[in-house]
Amino acid sequence: MAVATLAGREVHIDDEGFMTEYDEWTEDVARTLAGNIGIELTDAHWKALKFMREDFKANGASPTIRRVTSEAGIPTKELFALFPKKPAKKMAYIAGVPKPAGCV
Amino acid sequence: MTLTHEAPLTVPDFGDDAAGERKIAFICSKGNLDMAYPALIMANGALGEGIETHIFFTFWGMDMINKKTVDHLKFTFLGNTAMHPVKAKFSMPQGLGGFPGMTSMATKMLKDKIAALDVPEIPEFMTLLHDMGAKFWACKMSVDLMDLEPEDMIDEVDGILNVTEFMELSENAQVIFV
Repeated sequence: MAVATLAGREVHIDDEGFMTEYDEWTEDVARTLAGNIGIELTDAHWKALKFMREDFKANGASPTIRRVTSEAGIPTKELFALFPKKPAKKMAYIAGVPKPAGCV
Repeated sequence: MTLTHEAPLTVPDFGDDAAGERKIAFICSKGNLDMAYPALIMANGALGEGIETHIFFTFWGMDMINKKTVDHLKFTFLGNTAMHPVKAKFSMPQGLGGFPGMTSMATKMLKDKIAALDVPEIPEFMTLLHDMGAKFWACKMSVDLMDLEPEDMIDEVDGILNVTEFMELSENAQVIFV
């Protein structure tokens, strides 16, 4: 566990760089996190990220790709285009929630 | 004293710059419901990790891509000595699986358990994996053996390959036979 400064805010991150405190997240922090992995956030990204946060808050677990598709209505192919190669992990990283734990 | 990282801070390695792309190929040779899931679940994990993923369907595994059977895969405990529901005091005598209605009952039980884990049924799973980028290949010999036509197979099937073509395709891939 370490404290890092992101977008002018002190936030807690784990060994890999994922945020550990849900409430330390802001949209500016998200933009910085996205920039760290080469993603510039568009409205389509925000729709997915907001769902990640809302769903985590409601269920206490990060949603899987399938869940983002079925519940937020974002096609799986689009998720792979927005967050290339590893959408579930990348969405979780930018949304400031843990990596999804479910297998499917 | 508080330790504060200087930017650039720790950033997860998502493997975007990884040299030597990883590739994995599953061979699905079984048509039972319980034997359809392992490769699909592992393929889902592989695709989520950005790994190039292929699935080659052969013999009884053709039931996973046959439009007539993909939504009707069954589970039987006949011959399965591992059938011992956790909450039951005794193992289910596997021979009972041969009685009429037992396969339907066992299939329903398994489907209910899988649904409770929020894992999709086979047809939805096939579509999901294909949307995630998996490539589905039908075995040429099985297609001929079972008198199948391309229109008999689900739309997600990318093509029909003979063994030589599969060997070419799976060069440098990790191959997993199920």
